[in-house]
This record gives sequence, C-alpha cells and structure tokens, in this order.
Amino acid sequence: MNATLDPKTISPGAQPDAADVRTGAEVLLRVLREQDVEVVFGYPGGAVLPIYDALFKQNSIRHILVRHEQAAVHAAEGYARSTGKTGVVLVTSGPGATNAVTGLVDALMDSIPLICLSGQVPTHLIGNDAFQEADTTGITRPATKHNYLVKRPGDLSRVLHEAFYVARSGRPGPVLVDLPKDIMVGPAPYHPASGAPHRSYRPVSEPAPDAIAQAVEAMRQAKRPLFYTGGGVINAGPEASEALRRLVRMTGFPCTSTLMGLGAYPTTDRQFLGMLGMHGTYEANLATHGCDLLINIGARFDDRVTGRLDAFSPHSTKIHVDIDPSSINKIVRVDMPIVGDAGRALQMMIAAWEGTASADPVAIAAWWKQIDAWRGIDSLRFRQDPSPDAVIKPQHAIRRLYELARETGRDCFVTTEVGQHQMWAAQHFQYEEPNRWMTSGGLGTMGYGLPAAVGVQVGNPDGLVIDIAGEASTLMNIQELGTICQYRLPVKLFILNNRYMGMVRQWQELLHGSRYSESYSEALPDFVKLAEAFHGTGMRATTLGELDDVIRRMLAHDGPVVADICVDETENCFPMIPSGAAHNEMILGPEQNEQAGRITDEGLMLV
Amino acid sequence: MAPVEEAPITAVISVLVENESGVLARVIGLFSGRGYNIESLTVAPVDEARTRSRINIVTTGTSMVIEQIKALLYRLVPVHRVSDLTALGPHLAREMALVKVVSSGELRTEALRISDAFRARAVDTTVGSFVFELTGAPEKIDSFIDLMRPLGLVEVSRTGIAAIIRGPRTI
Ligand SMILES: Cc1cc2nc3c(=O)[nH]c(=O)nc-3n(C[C@H](O)[C@H](O)[C@H](O)COP(=O)(O)OP(=O)(O)OC[C@H]3O[C@@H](n4cnc5c(N)ncnc54)[C@H](O)[C@@H]3O)c2cc1C
Ligand SMILES: Cc1ncc(C[n+]2csc(CCOP(=O)(O)OP(=O)(O)O)c2C)c(N)n1
Ligand SMILES: [Mg+2]
Repeated sequence: MNATLDPKTISPGAQPDAADVRTGAEVLLRVLREQDVEVVFGYPGGAVLPIYDALFKQNSIRHILVRHEQAAVHAAEGYARSTGKTGVVLVTSGPGATNAVTGLVDALMDSIPLICLSGQVPTHLIGNDAFQEADTTGITRPATKHNYLVKRPGDLSRVLHEAFYVARSGRPGPVLVDLPKDIMVGPAPYHPASGAPHRSYRPVSEPAPDAIAQAVEAMRQAKRPLFYTGGGVINAGPEASEALRRLVRMTGFPCTSTLMGLGAYPTTDRQFLGMLGMHGTYEANLATHGCDLLINIGARFDDRVTGRLDAFSPHSTKIHVDIDPSSINKIVRVDMPIVGDAGRALQMMIAAWEGTASADPVAIAAWWKQIDAWRGIDSLRFRQDPSPDAVIKPQHAIRRLYELARETGRDCFVTTEVGQHQMWAAQHFQYEEPNRWMTSGGLGTMGYGLPAAVGVQVGNPDGLVIDIAGEASTLMNIQELGTICQYRLPVKLFILNNRYMGMVRQWQELLHGSRYSESYSEALPDFVKLAEAFHGTGMRATTLGELDDVIRRMLAHDGPVVADICVDETENCFPMIPSGAAHNEMILGPEQNEQAGRITDEGLMLV
Repeated sequence: MAPVEEAPITAVISVLVENESGVLARVIGLFSGRGYNIESLTVAPVDEARTRSRINIVTTGTSMVIEQIKALLYRLVPVHRVSDLTALGPHLAREMALVKVVSSGELRTEALRISDAFRARAVDTTVGSFVFELTGAPEKIDSFIDLMRPLGLVEVSRTGIAAIIRGPRTI
C-alpha cells in the first residue's frame, strides 16, 4: 500500500539528551516551531497559563488574541484555507474547549487542517469534576478527525508531531490535543519528528494507474461529459488547480464546481458553468442532469448538490476521485472509484489524455450548443432599478464590489457568513484563483466569516480581505471587531443588511405560507456606530446612488471598515432547487421564465 | 442512479486496533453517530505485548452500508486493519454463554439432560439452581436458551462472538 509520508512525521527518533529536557510548555513550542507554525490563535485561562508563560518568553511564534474561542477556530480555518498551512488554536480547559467545539465541527465538515491545543486540569484531578474540567476528548471525539489526551510527559513530542501529520494527511481535518497542566509545567523530553511511517494511519494518495486509464478511456468516449469539482481540489494544493485548468482546457469539456471548490477553476472562464446545486446556475444543474459522464474530482455528492437522489444525474457514468475511501459510494454509487490525491489524479489524467482527442468532437460540439442554450436563460439575472434613489439589490452590491475590488489590482480574499448573502457571493463575485474563497459550507456556521477574515488577513497581510456578511450572522461573532482593531487588521466587513435572516425568510415565504416566524432582525444595532465603538470606520449606503462611493471609500481606506449596505429586504436567492426536488425542477427568479417548482411534502421534512 | 433498496445482510467484521485509550469509544461512536447497528461486539488484546486489540463486530446493513462501515473504520487513526470475514469466505464464529436456571423436580432433571446434549457444563450448582457454561456458534446458544426457557431460565450472560477465518489464511 502506498502511504503519504511526510518528512515531518511522527514517532520519536533518537533518545533525548539531558539538555533536551525542559518544561512541557517549552517542548510544545519547540514542536510548533519545528512544524513551521508562525501564528497561534488563542485565548488564555488557568489551565494554559504555563503555555502562555512560555509564549511570553519567545519571539518566533506570534499569538493572536481573539475575543471568543469559537472565533479562534474560525480564524485558524481562514488562515489555513488561504495559506495552505495548518492552523493552530490554543484554548483553556472547560469553557475554553467547549466554546471551540462549533469551530472544530466546522473544520471537520469542510476538511480544514487544524491543531487545537486545549488546556486540561492536572492529570491527578482528571475525573474529579475539578474546576473548569470538561471531558474534552470525549466531547470532541465526533467533532475532530482525531484527538489525544497527553497523560505522560514522555508522550508529548510524539503526540504533537503525530497530530500535525494526521491533521494534514489524507482528508485533512481538525485534531485536538488535550494538555493537562502538570504535563505543561513539569519536565518533558523533546524528540524531533522522525520520518518513520505512522503505525496505523497511512492514507493512500497515489491513484491506481489502471483506474486512471479506465477513466480517461471513458472521457474519450463521452458525448456529454462534465467535470464536477469540489473542495478536494483546493485541499490538494495550488498545483491541483493548475492541473485542473490544463485538463479542462485540453479536453474542451465543461466544468462546474461546488461551493467549496470555487476558484480551483477560474469562474470567469467560458468553460465554467457556474456553481451547481441548490443555488447553482441553470446550465450547471441541467448539464449535471443531462451529462453522460460525470467526472467528480474531490467533491462529496453533498445533498445541497444532488437534490433528489434518485433523480441525480440519472444517465451518467460516474468517475469519482477522492482521497477518502469513505466518501466514495457513500451517497451515490459510482462506476469508477479512484482513491487518491486530486492533484496526482489530474496529472495522471493529463498524461494519459495528452496526444489524443475526444472520440466524438461532433457530439461534444452539440453538447456545448445545448449548454449555451441553457446559458441563454441567464439564471443569475436580476433587475436593479438604475435611479440613484433606488433600493440596492444585494446581487448588484456584490457585482459592484467585485468590479471595484478588481480595479484596485489587489489580491482579493473573500470570506462569508451564512445565508442568502453567502449564495449571492458565490454567484456574483468572481474567483480566479484557489484559496481566495473562505466559506462555511458543510456546517453552515453563521458567525464564521468575520473571525475567518481575521485569520486570512493575518496569513496574508497584504491581501484585500472582505467578509461578505448578513446582518444577523455578523452579530454572532461581532466581538472580533476587537481583535481586528488590536492587530490593526484592515478587514472590510461588507454587510448586506436586509433586516432579515434572509435565508430563513425565503424558506418561510416559499415553504411555510409566508409566516415569517422569528426571522425579522429586530432591534438591530447601528453598525456605523458599532464600528466606531470598536475604533474602526463605519459607512452606510441606503440607496443605489450611494453604493459605489461607499465601496470605493471602503476599499481605499487602509484600516478596518464596516460597510452597512441596506439592501432590498424581500429579495430571494434564485435559482433554487427546493429540498427534495430534482435538478430539472429548479425554480428560477421572477426575471426568468417562471417555472413551477413543485415542493413536495417530503421536501418540507428536509433541511 | 437510484439507490436500490436492497435487503440488509449480516456481516462479521474484525478490526485490528492500537490498544490505546478511547479506541473502543471511537469505534462505537462511529456506529451510534451514523445510526448503524451493532449486534455484538467483543474486544481483547491479541498480541504478546498487549499493544494491539482485536475487535469483532457483528452488524447488519445493505451492502453499501457495510462498505461504508468498513471505509469509516479504516479511516480511524488507531486502526491497523479491517477485515470483513463474511466477504472473505468461510469463517468460524463462536461465543460463550453463562445461563442460570432455577427449578426443581422434573424440570431440573430435564434441564440437566438437555445441557448434557449441548455439552454445556454446570459450573455452579445449588439445590435450586444451575449455572451452565456453553460455547459454540451463536445459533447453538440461541437454541439452548430457547430450550431452557420453560425449564426455569432466569438469567443469561453472553460474550458476543470471537471470529476467525477457516484454513491457513489470516486477516
Ligand atoms: C446556505 C447554504 C447553501 C448551500 N448551497 C450549496 C449549493 O447550492 N451548491 C453547493 O455546491 N454547495 C452548497 N452548499 C455547501 C454544501 O453544504 C457543501 O458544503 C458542499 O457542497 C460540499 O462541497 P464538496 O462536495 O466540494 O466537498 P468538501 O466538503 O469540500 O469535501 C471535499 C471532498 O474532497 C475530498 N478530498 C480532500 N482532500 C482531497 C485531496 N487532496 N484529493 C482528493 N480528494 C480530497 C474529501 O475527502 C471530501 O470528500 C451550501 C451551504 C450552505 C450553508
Ligand atoms: C449558528 C447558526 N444558527 C442558525 C443557522 C440557520 N440559518 C441559516 S441562514 C440564517 C439567516 C442568516 O441571516 P443573515 O446573516 O442576515 O443573512 P441573509 O440570509 O439575510 O443574507 C439562519 C438563521 C445557521 N446557519 N447557523
Ligand atoms: Mg440578513
């Protein structure tokens, strides 16, 4: 079996010499340095005081003090997703660890490599209901890819090196290491990482050549092929996105992407059909429905993507490249499973394709003709009243944001909260490169975007970092404006303020007889004053005439800005495939031909 | 493609794990967290150094679910090996039971007679009770228990199965 072996792995090498015995906290920091950790997002407390003391005495690792432990995890996620490195979080025992749980599950669902270091009560008190004791490994077992409780000083360096290896190997994910206070205070031996393979965890990253050959043969024969790419391509690193671009261009096939995969293939390219799924484009979804070969690279057939399962891409042969064998045949049975790294698989496909062409160029041309007809529906179209005192359409605000941000020529990173604004950001902003789009897809965590933007900005100090937000989500981690101020992070918080939990309001309108139960954002704060209270700059646009000016001022300002963009309160996000419906039962917006999308009773049960 | 509703099958899965704390919780959590069935589960260290344990799990599900269970088990960090004995061919599955029968007179004699036929041993005897020890395939133990029911059966304790492939092959 092929194993992903990282030079910086795991089990201890030579015996430590006497000089290598220091406090557990010092050993911890030394391992972090050896693992190239530059920054830790954290919040102190009793159980981690020895670690904070060790941090105080050194200069190579930077600590970013967040204002809530959940935000520490999201910040580390943003950092990891935008830099390709492993994010590191440090929290205290008890409430520090429990506050981190939402972030850990978020990272687990979205395959983000993280290390969460949590303080724990001293080993002799574990199990005694000691002050700020929680069964952290018990609580986080289903919330992490793996977790450890370090009970012996001799295990400390090995466990920490191993945690990094596990977090970034195979399908990446969060790994928690619970650190009892006595282990941090007392002496512990330091072991460097050794290159020895892990005892048991050795995910396969090299695809089987015959599986690739079979897949490429199917691609040659295909008449209506479609690439369906996902977050796994981003996980596989920028080379994988590069290979995807080459392969898509070589083959001339159309390409769609999940929410998590945006940016792997440039969204402005002609061969890109837009996102697929619940709020995907008409052409992407109908192509998924009508294709005869679906080439899934690093996507996991999520229910937001498949809609009604028995009607999902019913006529296609399915290829699925995934590094996690448990993702394959989990939801949709596929014909050609390929276990391995997306980047490697794409490179092997390129090599196998090179020098040949499609068996049937006429069929491919006809397929494109069909796709272009679907494209003609222009499913993302909306109507913005052009008069200066018109109400701003949220889609228009995002399009202007994109255009004006592009004019700055800066490297732009977008994070989002969760809701309609998130979907509009996926549909109307453009992503030319991977690692520029950070969103909470799997867990859909409101409050993700602002702390994630903190992490992105820390990892990319020269980047233009914008959180495209909703007013309700923003309030879930608004305290991070404090972090943003403290570290002078020039994050732009761009709030599409519709005074509603818009996504909830939309479902209530479409599925619950317009009974807007508890979805109005009552008693909203004045976001401009809020920005000022946190020593930032606030701006507001209430009409179309004010929009461009506010965006320009926001982009030109070199400090943090909160832009309160008051948008149409009743706008809905289209297209939409209602839960439980098939891809060809999409509801289009009022601007497109109204197609009656039937919402079944079964759909009401789904989320 | 439509997920075809198939009939559930029973599978015996053996998992070789690193003998570390929490590993059993991980395995069980995987089943409970995803709504999979565990019909029986046994675990004990199987190497000299006691660093590796073997877990034998009996579970039921469609073939897609069984495949998923195996892939999920294999993905756990402390798991060395996952083998589906049901898929690997003929295998042996044995368990041990302790069965308590409280009765007197005719019923008591009958219980003793049946236990003899099943090669169960009376490992504890009082004037009013027996504890029988019985080893065998789960079906054999089921039928023994069925027969004991009218004869004063009051309590059963079973180990769950240990399983192994027949012949020279190993997992
Ligand atoms: C309000 C809301 C609406 C949404 N609507 C949509 C929608 O309309 N369309 C949509 O697409 N999503 C939507 N989502 C997101 C959705 O819930 C899922 O998060 C998303 O579809 C999953 O993306 P993915 O399939 O790319 O998988 P990811 O979650 O990104 O998983 C990555 C997959 O790649 C594999 N992988 C990891 N690393 C590698 C590697 N190196 N090589 C190969 N494989 C690898 C992993 O094992 C995994 O199977 C929505 C979310 C929210 C909150
Ligand atoms: C922590 C959390 N709680 C609840 C939800 C359910 N939810 C999904 S979208 C949404 C409304 C979001 O409102 P807002 O941030 O204003 O965004 P909008 O949809 O209006 O753009 C809610 C409540 C969630 N995703 N996350
Ligand atoms: Mg809102």
